[in-house]
Amino acid sequence: MPIRTAQEALTQRPLTFLRSAWPWRSLAYLVSGALFGCLLLGVLAGLVLGGVLLSVVFVGAVLLVAALLAGVPVARFERWRLRLIDSEPAHDPHRKPSDPGVRAWVRTRLREQATWRELGFSVICAGALWWLDAGAVGAAGYTVVLFLSAPFGRDPGAWAYLGPVIGIGLIPVIAFPLTAWAGARAALTRAVLAPRDAELGERLVEVSQSRARLVDAFELERRRIERDLHDGAQQRLVALTMTLGLARLDVPPGSPLAAQLDEAHHQAKQALAELRELIRGVHPQVLTGRGLGAAVADLAGRSPIPVDLDVQVPRLPSQAEFTAYFVICEAMANAVKHSGATRLRIHGRVLAETVLIEVRDDGSGGADPTLGSGLAGLVDRVAVVDGRLLLSSPPGGPTTIRAEIPCSG
Amino acid sequence: MLRVALAEDSVLLREGLIGVLQRFGHQVVVAAGTAKGLLDGVAAEDPDLVLTDVRMPPAFTDEGLRAAITLRHERPGLPVLVLSQYVEQTYAAELLDSGRGGVGYLLKDRIGDVTEFAAALARVAEGATVVDPEVVRQLLARRRDPLDRLTAREREVLALMAEGRSNAAIARTLVVTDAAVAKHIGNVLAKLDLPPAEDDHRRVLAVLAYLRAGSG
Repeated sequence: MPIRTAQEALTQRPLTFLRSAWPWRSLAYLVSGALFGCLLLGVLAGLVLGGVLLSVVFVGAVLLVAALLAGVPVARFERWRLRLIDSEPAHDPHRKPSDPGVRAWVRTRLREQATWRELGFSVICAGALWWLDAGAVGAAGYTVVLFLSAPFGRDPGAWAYLGPVIGIGLIPVIAFPLTAWAGARAALTRAVLAPRDAELGERLVEVSQSRARLVDAFELERRRIERDLHDGAQQRLVALTMTLGLARLDVPPGSPLAAQLDEAHHQAKQALAELRELIRGVHPQVLTGRGLGAAVADLAGRSPIPVDLDVQVPRLPSQAEFTAYFVICEAMANAVKHSGATRLRIHGRVLAETVLIEVRDDGSGGADPTLGSGLAGLVDRVAVVDGRLLLSSPPGGPTTIRAEIPCSG
Repeated sequence: MLRVALAEDSVLLREGLIGVLQRFGHQVVVAAGTAKGLLDGVAAEDPDLVLTDVRMPPAFTDEGLRAAITLRHERPGLPVLVLSQYVEQTYAAELLDSGRGGVGYLLKDRIGDVTEFAAALARVAEGATVVDPEVVRQLLARRRDPLDRLTAREREVLALMAEGRSNAAIARTLVVTDAAVAKHIGNVLAKLDLPPAEDDHRRVLAVLAYLRAGSG
């Protein structure tokens, strides 16, 4: 596994760690942090002081606004600096201003939560963090220098030899706490300035909602197709077999025409049977009419492998119902196709607003969702409704597929 | 001649069914496109038999089936034959459990075999129970253990019993004598620990109940 952060670097073997660039990068991070924080303190103090003193004129207000917005460039610099010891890019949480121009930019920034968080970070940075950075580097450096410089003291004695040895020996030891502090500092910076969940969360919610809408549309479309086929082609085929059936009555048995009619009748019935299977795959009507329990019982009835069924769930929102049905359908199909199972067990319950579905077979196991089976699609399908799919399939079996599908309201 | 109340929302099929029924000498006294139309028509015309589709307006789920069950409750003894586009065990079970007397559950595919369809209609009118072979096939596929004790011929007999065939009909289908059929039936009932039933209807229900019980 590649090392991405200073903290991860610390988990390597000590010699590997010491030979790597991470201690030096950590040192550079802390030194630059101390210098930058010191500079920042001056700039912030200058802006605020200037703003207050000049508050009677317009320039003062501009300076104060600049102080408020100082966090934005500070955060940008800190995110850039973060790359010294954290190779994962830190995303800018700010939105693009809706309009061009400085006013729109200022307005957008002042309304964003991120701006105020960055201001808070800047104040902490200027007030405390740089002291701590400087203190950590200073204390470490001072200790080493103290030992190294022992021979030059007024009365070194044994320290003339011992001091440099201890000093040099301390350098690799000090690398560990320094890197640890740099890692903690970087984690803090990332948590405040590049939150993974807050503003990103908005986008994620939007994305998952649009995915859920897609699934809804997908399901609606399947129902529509089912309806159309049922009302159209299926009825016509039934009518056709009826007409052919009646025609057979009027033709003398054994005549060539009777044989042809028989053949046509047979073909029409075959088409009807095939169409029925197709439509059932698109969207089973009993699922809409009677819910998951009945639909699964029906599925079990048509399974070539005996099924022990224990599904006790009430009527659910249609999306949860359809997803659960889909899971069971695919899991059964997988078991039949790949596992060589002789028995299936399907268990379904609702607990704490979650449908729990478990399909277990006694087959040969070794199912792998990454191998392009229907399982991958199943994982995606369940993820869309914020559910989880768990798979246990050791080589030799048995295979258990467990789905947890939220079904509140 | 039967006076039939028919409910089917597809005009094409409704007309086709009227044609088939007339061809076999029956009279269609109610031809409804909705479940409500069927219930009203039955109240007005008092037909000999009700023939209905499962799925009808307005919601296109199971309106016809519900109407059939309602009618069986309200008018015990009124024969009801339900046609379904799919085999739904749940629907079949609800219908068969909903009362006594002539009842049938058939796939729409069976209408095409007009002679057999007319025969099934006549059996339901006489008070028999008719179950689609596909329903029986699925039920048989679910129960393995005790059914393994049956011979191939006994399994055939069991399937035909579950479809609601009489001894004579089973004998005709399998081309054996009535006596042979009676012997097979005796064996089947004994092997499955089912009580010998005096009439066909009870026998069908017993067999179906047995098959269903094993699938839960």
